[in-house]
Amino acid sequence: MSAVLDRRGFLKVWAAGGLVIGFHVPFAGSATAQPAGAAPEVNAWVVVRPDDTIVIRIARSEMGQGTLTGLAQLVAEELECDWAKVTTEYPTPGQNLARKRAWGNFSTGGSRGIRESHDYVRKGGAAARMMLVQAAANEWKVPVAECRAASSVVTHGPSGRKLSYGKLAAAAARLEVPAEVPLKDPKDWKLAGKRLARLDTVDKVTGRQVYGADLKLPGMLNAAIKDCPVFGGKVKSVDAAAVEKRPGVKKVVRVGDSAVAVVADTWWRAKTALDALPIEWDYGPNVKESSATVAAMLKAGLDAPDAAVGNQNGDAKAALASAARVIEAVYAYPHQNHATMEPMNATAKYTPERCEVWTPTQNGEAALAAASEASGLPADKCEVYKIHLGGGFGRRGAVHDWVRQAVEIAKQMPGVPVKLLWSREEDMLHGRYHPVTQCKLRAGIDAQGNVTALHMRISGQSILAGVFPQNIRNGLDPVQFQGLNPPGPEASIGYSFPHLLVDHAMRNPPVPPGFWRGVNLNQNTIYLECFLDEVAHALNQDPLALRRKLMANHPKHLAVLNAVAERAGWGRPAPDVNGQKVYRGLAQTMGFGSYVAACAEVSVNAEGELKIHRIVAATDCGHAVNPQQIEAQVEGSFAYGLSAALFGECTLKDGRIEQDNFSTYPVVHMRHMPKVETIVMPSGGFWGGVGEPTIAVAAPAVLNAVFAATGKRIRELPLKNQSLKRA
Amino acid sequence: MARLNVNGATREFEAEGDTPLLWVLREQLGLTGTKYGCGIAACGACTVHIDGVPTRSCVRPVSTITPQEKIVTIEGLSRDGSHPLQKAWVQLDVPQCGYCQCGMIMAAAALLKDKPNPSDADIDDAMSNICRCGTYNRVRAAIKAVAQGSTRSAGLAIQHTDGSIT
Repeated sequence: MSAVLDRRGFLKVWAAGGLVIGFHVPFAGSATAQPAGAAPEVNAWVVVRPDDTIVIRIARSEMGQGTLTGLAQLVAEELECDWAKVTTEYPTPGQNLARKRAWGNFSTGGSRGIRESHDYVRKGGAAARMMLVQAAANEWKVPVAECRAASSVVTHGPSGRKLSYGKLAAAAARLEVPAEVPLKDPKDWKLAGKRLARLDTVDKVTGRQVYGADLKLPGMLNAAIKDCPVFGGKVKSVDAAAVEKRPGVKKVVRVGDSAVAVVADTWWRAKTALDALPIEWDYGPNVKESSATVAAMLKAGLDAPDAAVGNQNGDAKAALASAARVIEAVYAYPHQNHATMEPMNATAKYTPERCEVWTPTQNGEAALAAASEASGLPADKCEVYKIHLGGGFGRRGAVHDWVRQAVEIAKQMPGVPVKLLWSREEDMLHGRYHPVTQCKLRAGIDAQGNVTALHMRISGQSILAGVFPQNIRNGLDPVQFQGLNPPGPEASIGYSFPHLLVDHAMRNPPVPPGFWRGVNLNQNTIYLECFLDEVAHALNQDPLALRRKLMANHPKHLAVLNAVAERAGWGRPAPDVNGQKVYRGLAQTMGFGSYVAACAEVSVNAEGELKIHRIVAATDCGHAVNPQQIEAQVEGSFAYGLSAALFGECTLKDGRIEQDNFSTYPVVHMRHMPKVETIVMPSGGFWGGVGEPTIAVAAPAVLNAVFAATGKRIRELPLKNQSLKRA
Repeated sequence: MARLNVNGATREFEAEGDTPLLWVLREQLGLTGTKYGCGIAACGACTVHIDGVPTRSCVRPVSTITPQEKIVTIEGLSRDGSHPLQKAWVQLDVPQCGYCQCGMIMAAAALLKDKPNPSDADIDDAMSNICRCGTYNRVRAAIKAVAQGSTRSAGLAIQHTDGSIT
């Protein structure tokens, strides 16, 4: 990701989708003059208070995924501090800008929080430790080599003298940052790698945790908003007089050319006034679009002559043309809404001199850029205060539409903080949706029953085309092929075929796309893993045996697959549960740098009701910083992914999304949730992500198990649209 | 001025009678622990107790509640996070983003009052709150831990700064 201040001081921030771009971050940050009385900042990452409290700076956004605790563990590991006295704080994007990005990239997405920053945050902790030790050595006038740091205390070995970090911090902060900062070998870790409790739990169980929706500032007003429900439409007219006199209503404002907001003393009054406000819309041309028109567009792409190639070897088309047998199937995956529990919201305060925004965001710098653009003020006259997120999943990462709206409203009430909160309905209708795609897969089989060729033609929506179009080169969206790429560290295919072609015919319907947890790994893994199961069945081969034959060159993919198969007992019949026969399904994939697999165990009764009993999961994420949080992420990712597979779809009618609340967009509840057993098997040598990868194996494992149970092959999601009833 | 009994105290406020209890709690009374998630009683984030009955406050107009009815919100469940469910939630690191958790805990508290040793089916029936982070299995484990008086059955082995492993 790059961030550039242009000549007029406007912050322009680009991110390269799912690609990791390295850049140099000074791991100690430049020294700043300490305000009088402030606790000393040893370096940008570590503040030590006189009472030995350690404040670790966290640049990424905590949204439940545990990155805040994990990053703090890594810093604390190198810092050699007392973990019981660790707390954290978020630098603001404005502070990051002012200090030449001392904290690097704020973007939290792509399961990158730990794997993209572990090196420099560890160095930040290590450098601070070295400076604290040096300060002690200077104080005692002894060689540094005779001093050791542990649990926030530096000890001089020969004399036994001790000084706490709290007493050393001021002197340490004045020292030169060391040029060379060696890091510990992970096998020597004492904090990282342990099943430590999170740092941010207590306030969440008492109601004290403040979310953006809860924020209260002096003199604050509340706003509710409606953007045109048809994508691309505009406001034609508004009869503000109809609601202006209602108790508490302050103002009816236009927001851009497509939205209307009501500002009132309370949000309830703003919302009810907005619901009563007559608005005439100019829906525009997209009112003619529907799920049927979108499906037709995608279907045409399945056989289109032109497509961007994501991966190929050999000549799949020729091999398929001459194959002894061809197995073919078409799959489809729908639009999905993120449906964070906390709807979109931001509080903004604007004056001609300064624009401040308080908001949950996965990327403080992107939020700052949005505030700068919407306010018309240069970035160094703006600030964003990161508030704890009530869910992110990608919705709060890239496009900050709700921040722009809040600023535009605040501009019309200068000097007054205005909290904009979306209703659930607004949130459902104005998502940045999981892209819609279809896929035609064709496998060529030789006379001996070997898979010799595979052509995967993906037809459908590109996220980058809607969010970061500048990253599409020659019609190729590099993020489209997650899980299907040639060998590499990020998201590569786990199989070798003599002939392979994976290509993408880009077809973009007028529904705004976004990065939805798992991104393109979700549908790509369903397509490939369900299709390989189809092939296995057609060839009378065991789905695991068929895969193993194709995975000889992919040992890490194979290792997680074997781990779940073995733990689940693949090859032996599953014991009945509650008198129902249990069937299994497998899936594996690689994405966001990690190798993952799942084995699902399900039953389907005579009425066609599905029960998912258990999913055995495995993840090789290279290094595991907090295994109990990894387990929590795996379980959570299954709930999220299964919601999409079982229930969730956003359909389009007359140019608008039909599902406007949880009543029509059902999600997984407690009663649907299977037992989950997670095998955390970090093989070392690399750093893979955790928040997303496993989401992609839940659905295909379940769908493959459903086939085993019913003989019905599900190729279109969600499952609720299909009947599993025995004929 | 209208009156309601909230967390043991009589509170006065001004709001239209059709204002849902959720919004009076959050906006007039400053108790933001009770959350807005859907507005149609589908998600449970707004769960409070009214005379012990778990109630989705987003669809309950304040005009339908008398000042004699005792409303308890998450802020009133305990003074200091000491309710056994709150402690179990911390011991087992149940929350992820946490937004749904106050509603979860209120629903769980009502369940345990009604059924001190709930079965899995009891938990399925009572706990229909939505969690998008997918903490369901830990929620279930924490409810059972309170019912059984021990977190060990959850098998999570979480290390806390006070040296305990739960």
